Amino acid sequence: MSYGSKPIREDELHAYVDGRLDDNRRQAVAEWLAAHPEDVVRLESYRKQNALMHSMFDAVLDEPVPSQLQVTARRHRRPALPWAAAAAVTWLVVGGAGGWLLHGYRMAQSELPALATLPQRAAIAHVVYTPEVLHPVEVGVEQEAHLVNWLSKRLGTEVRVPHLQAIGYDLVGGRLLPDQDRPAAQFMYQDAGGRRLTLYVRTQEAHGAEATAFRYSSQEKVAVFYWIDGSVGYALSGEVDKAALLRAAELVYRDLNP
Amino acid sequence: MDANDIAVHIPRLRRYARALVGDVTAADDLVQDTMERALHKFSLWQRGSNLRAWLFTIMHNTFVNQVRAGRLTTISMSEESGHMDIEVTPGQEQQIQIRDLVSALKRLPDEFREVVLLVGLEQLSYEETARVLGIPMGTVMSRLARGREKLRVLMAGEPVPVLRRVK
Repeated sequence: MSYGSKPIREDELHAYVDGRLDDNRRQAVAEWLAAHPEDVVRLESYRKQNALMHSMFDAVLDEPVPSQLQVTARRHRRPALPWAAAAAVTWLVVGGAGGWLLHGYRMAQSELPALATLPQRAAIAHVVYTPEVLHPVEVGVEQEAHLVNWLSKRLGTEVRVPHLQAIGYDLVGGRLLPDQDRPAAQFMYQDAGGRRLTLYVRTQEAHGAEATAFRYSSQEKVAVFYWIDGSVGYALSGEVDKAALLRAAELVYRDLNP
Repeated sequence: MDANDIAVHIPRLRRYARALVGDVTAADDLVQDTMERALHKFSLWQRGSNLRAWLFTIMHNTFVNQVRAGRLTTISMSEESGHMDIEVTPGQEQQIQIRDLVSALKRLPDEFREVVLLVGLEQLSYEETARVLGIPMGTVMSRLARGREKLRVLMAGEPVPVLRRVK
């Protein structure tokens, strides 16, 4: 492959396709191509590849950003420490904890195991109580106000019950459960087909980590989305697909943070 | 400089992730993990340098880790797997070509697909692409050439020559 004094390299053919040649070389390539029709066809198909990729994927740019991604961004705002210091602290922690269990900004090391147990505890409580026909909950939805007061008192924090009717799940009721070293609460929801979701709630030391993004975990057949908001950890469990559970988790989050 | 500056880049990170991974949910998980990492590592970002390229670098590393850990299976080599979770606007010939491209992209080895997408879709310069992927320029150019040629052959329905992996 050569043209004139300077040979045309394959690299330059790609740079020609990508519009990254200066005028001189572009001209040289164009002249060279006039004598190489089979390469014209080849380069045209490369150009077409680029155009097709844009037709296919540019629409993503206009999609609304999913709320769990917005949450990640929003929750990481408001640095109380200068960024560098805060990030350095977090980096040590995350470096030690490894991949899957990523954590909220500035979360203290001591609570890493505690957060890790959240989806496990929630999944266990889910599989234990959702098959119950006679006693799925301790306090039924007909005593919702009482349920909320009772659980708030026992957990030592203001507990609120999200409503999921918008996606077809009615509140069944709730119960008090023992977690490692503290009480926890479980709310149960059921749809018209008898499918059940549970929301597990417990207090969770945050040490300045105001919140984390949604994290996903699956335990056997149970899918769990969990997150921390303020001093409370939430885990929503269900034997449904991840996308459906995510929609439910977003609704829970929105309902709790109107 | 804070999370807002990163948030501006979310749409492009999502576009790249979608093209790279295919599945919508898996792609957004990749973006989310990338953002978390980026926020944690923000102190390592050189002020004044290209934030977007830095984010793509983190996404590349996250992607590689996920693939290595088996959390992400990106390519299904079966012919049947074709369907990507993305809506295609109806439009006869164009639509068929897009479908061919998508299925050809899926069959491209990760390291080729990354280069082809970063250059062709994200329009990163060759230098930026080299930096993002942590490979020499020469490797970028050879992967670009081979990746594009393989895509072309796949889309034309010709038998595919065996690709040698270039490290």
